[in-house]
Amino acid sequence: MPAIEVILGGIILGGLYALVAIGFNLQYGVARIVNLAYGEFLMGAAFAAFWLFTLFRINPIVGMIFSMPVSFAANWLIYRVLMLPLVRRARTRQELEGETILATFGLLFVLRGTATLAFSADNRYYDYLGAPLQIFGFTFSANRVLAFAMACVFGGTIWLVLNRTRFGAALRALAIDPIGAELVGIDVRGLSALAFAAGGGLVAAAGTLVSTFLSFNPAIGIDFTMKALVVVIMGGIGNMGGSLIAGVLLGVAEALCSYYIDSGLTLAVAYALFLIVLVVRPRGLFGTP
Amino acid sequence: MTVTETPKDARIRRTRAAIAIGALAVLVVALATVPWLVSDYGLSLMVNVMSYLVLTIAWALFSGTTRLVSLATSAFFGIGMYTVAVLIKLLPLYATFAVAIGVGGAVALIVGVLTLRIAGMFFVIFGFGLSEMIRELTVWWEINQTHTMGRYVFVDFDTTVIYEHLLGLAVLVFLTGWLLRRSRLGLALLVIGEDETVARQVGINVPFAKVTIFIVSAMFMTLTGALMAPRFGFINPNFAFNPLVSFQVVIMAFLGGLQQLWGPVLGVIPLIILSEELQTEFPFWYSVLLGLVFMVIVYFLPRGVTGLLEDGWAALARPLELPRGFTGPLLDAWAWLSRPISLPRGIAGAIEERWSKIMPPPTVRR
Repeated sequence: MPAIEVILGGIILGGLYALVAIGFNLQYGVARIVNLAYGEFLMGAAFAAFWLFTLFRINPIVGMIFSMPVSFAANWLIYRVLMLPLVRRARTRQELEGETILATFGLLFVLRGTATLAFSADNRYYDYLGAPLQIFGFTFSANRVLAFAMACVFGGTIWLVLNRTRFGAALRALAIDPIGAELVGIDVRGLSALAFAAGGGLVAAAGTLVSTFLSFNPAIGIDFTMKALVVVIMGGIGNMGGSLIAGVLLGVAEALCSYYIDSGLTLAVAYALFLIVLVVRPRGLFGTP
Repeated sequence: MTVTETPKDARIRRTRAAIAIGALAVLVVALATVPWLVSDYGLSLMVNVMSYLVLTIAWALFSGTTRLVSLATSAFFGIGMYTVAVLIKLLPLYATFAVAIGVGGAVALIVGVLTLRIAGMFFVIFGFGLSEMIRELTVWWEINQTHTMGRYVFVDFDTTVIYEHLLGLAVLVFLTGWLLRRSRLGLALLVIGEDETVARQVGINVPFAKVTIFIVSAMFMTLTGALMAPRFGFINPNFAFNPLVSFQVVIMAFLGGLQQLWGPVLGVIPLIILSEELQTEFPFWYSVLLGLVFMVIVYFLPRGVTGLLEDGWAALARPLELPRGFTGPLLDAWAWLSRPISLPRGIAGAIEERWSKIMPPPTVRR
């Protein structure tokens, strides 16, 4: 049955999208920053994994030990240095969204341009665990399965942190009501910076995983940013479980489309799905009217 | 409440309007003669300036009033360009322009009706991906259905003619903006931009107003793209739907400032010249430098050049305060220069103090 195999492949891809979207949701839902340069860190991590693997033969999964903290620190700095002035300046949430969109739009071009200068615009690819793997009679490439497994590990860790720790409770409170969170003694700015940085760390992990099974170039970041935006909006802003389900949904829709129609239409699928959700359920998949 | 106007006021107003209209007419005539005065390179620069001027003013028609950042400019610009490229062999040139406007307007209607009714973020996100999505769909259609990648637009429509058409379009979009500011719709849009809840409460049909102005703005963008099609000759989807166009238009509008109708003019001209320079001098650094320029504008010029001019004008118009005569400020300056240098905590202490003002240390956690 090819259809089941396609759907399973879609779920595997969707797990990765969910990971990307959860990181974005930490930045948008908790820290309230619409970071259009988000995907550029995915691209950066993919290149880091590529160079570590081709130059020093370092396993990409091990390479995450390097790229995740770097991206975490970089995003923390971006929040403290670039976003905080805008947070202070903005009077309303809409104004903050508008301003951060503009500032990170500029940042996107700076980062992408720098990457193009440093690595050239060529498509890169490396072979890591490309061998096919038989699971329940279906064939998948091993690197995709590994990526899915890692995405599950990260997703589970985030779920545990959010639901079983004081820190996670504070994050959830911040996502629901920033003013209320401040009133009960949560350090809103410090915690927002951490959530923003954590989103950056996650996207670096996702970038490393993506690089193991897709070819990439300095321009891929924007695609992932758009998909993350679509998934987060569909699943609900600040709703991590919603991002997970919407991410998997997107992965399946994309896999079906590339199998039955054309593989070049991935973004069109994301937007078609987005439009359908927008028309049928304008408040998101799990929003209460 | 009505403000009564004395006959004298009316006379002054009419004279000022006549002078303004006269000056603008002279300016337009002067601009119309440009192709016969400048070199080929100068003319191509002017075509760039004019096309971005139309795009930026059209962008400001929608985004300047409703305060919703539209990132969909390149989608409409591309629709215009690609429609002409597809239809050029079937229809006369002006008919292709008309079809392009229709297609652009229809896409704007669909996008507007679907996304502008709900929260602003939906629209911004959708606009962000619209151009990319249309590009993907076009590539797919061309590869699978028509088997053509790239189309030629060879028509008798040279740079001078393109320039004159763009100039006419610029006048038209300017006039639209001017009339909009004097219309009920324009007033409604200003209220929406200030506070949407208030707008709804006073009985403005918010979605209708937004969608209408979005369509008007998109039609101007589409026509600009259509007019530019003969200029490039060879057009493929990747070229037509270039996201950089959206980006540049937003930068130009923000550099110019959105408070005044003519604000975008002050943003378009310096940035076109700058990007010309960057592309010839540092072609590989172009995107990095453009991004940096944009961030500088967002952080340090939130009201654009017109805001700067307004502040400067306000400062000049303020009466001079010299309670102690001209010698007062001089004495103050001398006193400031000759004060003892106090560094109780050394240079490092001074740096630390300055830094803690820029970046206050995080408050102590409880």
